[in-house]
Amino acid sequence: VELSKEEKQRLRKEKKQQKRSKKDDKGQPESEKDKKNKKPMSPSVAQVTTQVQPAETQKGNWMPPVNEAPASTDRPTKSKAELRAERRARQEADRANKQVKKGESTTQPSAGKTKAPPSELQPVVKRLPEHIQADDPAGVKKLVKKLEEQQILVRQDYGYKVSLFSHLHQYSRKAPLTQQMSIPSTVIHPSIVRLGLQYSQGIVAGSNARSIALLHAFKQVIRDYSTPPNEELSRDLVNKLEPYISFLNQCRPLSASMGNAIKYIKKEISNIPSQCKEEEAITKLQTCIESYIMKINLAAKAISKFAIEKISIDDVILVYGCSSLVNHILYDAFKKKRKFRVVVVDSQPRLEGREALRRLVKMGINCTYVLISAISYILPEVSKVFLGAHALLANGYVMSRVGTSQIALVAKAYNVPVLVCCETYKFCERVQTDSFVSNELDDPDELIVTRNGKTHLEDWQSLRMLGLLNLVYDVTPPDFVDLVITELGMIPCTSVPVVLRVKNVDQ
Amino acid sequence: MELQAVVMAAGGGSRMMDLTYSTPKPLLPVGNKPLVWYPLNLLERVGFEEVIVITTKEAQKDVQKQLSTETKLKLDIVCLQEDADMGTADALRHIQQKIKTDVLVVSCDLITDVALHEVVDLFRAHDATLSMLMSKAHEFTETVPGQKGKKKTGEQRDFVGVDESGKRLLFMANEADLDEDLVIRKSIMRRHPRMCIKTGLVDAHLYCLKKSVIDFLAENKSISSIRGELIPCLVRKQFSKCSNQQRSKEEPDEKLKKKDTNSENHFSSADDDLLELTSNWSCWNDHHGDMCGAYHGSKLRCYVHIMEEGMCYRVNTLAAYIEANCLATKLLEESAIHPSAVISEQSVVGADSIIGANCQIAGKTSVKRSTIGGSTTIKEKAKITNSIIMNGVTIEEGCNIQGSVICSHATIGRGADIKYCLVGNMLRVEAEAERTNEVIVGNDQLMEI
Repeated sequence: VELSKEEKQRLRKEKKQQKRSKKDDKGQPESEKDKKNKKPMSPSVAQVTTQVQPAETQKGNWMPPVNEAPASTDRPTKSKAELRAERRARQEADRANKQVKKGESTTQPSAGKTKAPPSELQPVVKRLPEHIQADDPAGVKKLVKKLEEQQILVRQDYGYKVSLFSHLHQYSRKAPLTQQMSIPSTVIHPSIVRLGLQYSQGIVAGSNARSIALLHAFKQVIRDYSTPPNEELSRDLVNKLEPYISFLNQCRPLSASMGNAIKYIKKEISNIPSQCKEEEAITKLQTCIESYIMKINLAAKAISKFAIEKISIDDVILVYGCSSLVNHILYDAFKKKRKFRVVVVDSQPRLEGREALRRLVKMGINCTYVLISAISYILPEVSKVFLGAHALLANGYVMSRVGTSQIALVAKAYNVPVLVCCETYKFCERVQTDSFVSNELDDPDELIVTRNGKTHLEDWQSLRMLGLLNLVYDVTPPDFVDLVITELGMIPCTSVPVVLRVKNVDQ
Repeated sequence: MELQAVVMAAGGGSRMMDLTYSTPKPLLPVGNKPLVWYPLNLLERVGFEEVIVITTKEAQKDVQKQLSTETKLKLDIVCLQEDADMGTADALRHIQQKIKTDVLVVSCDLITDVALHEVVDLFRAHDATLSMLMSKAHEFTETVPGQKGKKKTGEQRDFVGVDESGKRLLFMANEADLDEDLVIRKSIMRRHPRMCIKTGLVDAHLYCLKKSVIDFLAENKSISSIRGELIPCLVRKQFSKCSNQQRSKEEPDEKLKKKDTNSENHFSSADDDLLELTSNWSCWNDHHGDMCGAYHGSKLRCYVHIMEEGMCYRVNTLAAYIEANCLATKLLEESAIHPSAVISEQSVVGADSIIGANCQIAGKTSVKRSTIGGSTTIKEKAKITNSIIMNGVTIEEGCNIQGSVICSHATIGRGADIKYCLVGNMLRVEAEAERTNEVIVGNDQLMEI
């Protein structure tokens, strides 16, 4: 008998109540896994929490994790109570999930944002779980074990990490994950391996491109999928996708847009009724994915329509790096015969602005190219700043390529309006006020430059006191952003949580 | 299934006829394992489970027998008629029905410890049509029996042109195909103004090919050799006008570009539209300085991985064969001395020698830096240095063998002194013979016209 969604939810709520009452009897939460994972050190919750304040909660008999002291100094931004509340909410959700999935051998990727099955519709907007800190030995061990169960190898960190960012992973481009994998890959679908390689080598870069490539690869995976006997497609396919997601996460940390895309796919898969035939289900899923991609394209069109209204004659528009959406807006504006010129600002080491410059000049747009060190010289000429975003956080902060907050700051100082263009599928429930807590560290060797045959930084690893830091993202506070252009309209930065709430209610 | 492996073991070994006139090339013993074992071992180590082996009818039985014990791979042995004189590309066309996905073609005479993922990663990440392996050539230091005078550099040189990153293959030509000048097309120079041409490279004959190349071969029946014709053809095709698609606009919302209608649509794959969409959204380009998009819009891309260090040998000449035997110890994981060999205590067997199964080594013998094949008998007071002794050989007392190759089932008479010679199959060298720098083969092998 197929339970309807409401019944399933009700069942889950009941189980949650049961667990809560049971929790007070047992001191220690029962280990959710049937494995012998009896490490007394680390709390045996599926998601290793990165906050390490010991529980002054109902779970009294926990042993505090070993790395409590140093970790708490790394996180000055969150208060104890806040963290505790977060953790409690998450653990309850986890326990509910565990009950639901009891019979199956699922393992959830600890470091991904996609831990909860999407059919778990909570009325409250859930916070995405933090990533495992790279310098948390217990957490890392747990992660390794989980990945082993999924038959994914763990990528080793490379080089000396600056201490402020030692909780993040730093990988080398020259050591891809495929080194230790078998050729031909049997565990991971070949298109996912290709995608992972393209991510780690930077061939597919940019929030939109990564999401679209991900959806494309998932389409192929689903196309080649066949349900094993005695399994339901809705559950088995989600399980099959888990190791792929962990693999991609190891190749390059998932972006917010990818996380949302994955959530969407998982929801669609779980919503497939069990009496649906396999071919039907597969075609249905393919159409869902195509419609999502179509939505992304349509969002771009809508945003450019709104943005064109903001571009006036003889405008000087400043763009930073290569944002696919901003480039799209500028093409459309140029096609509509608006007269404007563009200043492209670029920064090392990626120098993505060169690509933006090429595309704009090819269209016929008048461009100027400067490096970021020159923005205070060029800003007096500029009338507007258009920025792209990697993600928009729930407190209105804009997460984008490193250097964006610089530009927003200087633009504010010069009273130049800053407009951020972002599709709603990149909105993220995370809250962040600084660029340290959660970021991405790129290969430090990218910072090494060879000029005239001399590479001065060649042996940087041998110098104990030298660290190379190659940050990828930074966050811009909403005070510096004047307007956010989304496909729903032009909203102020502080309205992001409203949009998120509206979206969740819709779903 | 991502890749299918094909091992080409039908070659005749035309450059070392002294060795191959009686033993088919894939079965030549190197370090007491058949030559074809090495590429198969490489494939097995990286994780292949099935391999298609293409060989001749005569070699088939022996290959099957010898390999069934040596490797756990599932081998699908395909036979070619010996007299059909098929090239490697013809062989691929022959097995076209078996090929369902992209192909990794390896030659049976490749001995290497390359990290195969480097070659395959280029193939995957750039969605390449061809990805191959090359290595810096090593000088062979061992003296080759039967070679008179200095080693001739007669081997025709290969000119290989790569771009700045050293990965993209732009140009490939063999000296034999060129008259006097090296001609480079302007279309290559326009797109890749910096090209590095290398000559000291050895082609390892390891190729990753897309399935569309096999289909292309099926239609172009005139191509008969992979290395000689197919690869240069593909490399040239990268820059030919027709297989190019210059995108007129690069707008991300145009999902369907005008489809390639000319005949070169072999090389376009089914998911092209979405891939193009992705590359439009992505801010990556493989080159900078001109107005073209990634890969200059060409669908056909050839990549090469050039090994700087590590072992990579093609055993297609006598010199390479000897060199490979010396280095075989490094590649083998098993112990050098087979447990079933009977070695008397008074004999001295050097650490870098390999002794095969069921050998009998009598007392007071000395074996240094040599490979002794299976079922060989070495009588007393024999001294063997720097040599390769194949299976079933009998070496009588007091022999002194240095730097030589003794083929299977030969007999060296008592007290013979053999230096830098090659003794052919089943031959008998008389006692007290003194031979230096000679190739001793049977009468039936001489003068093959």
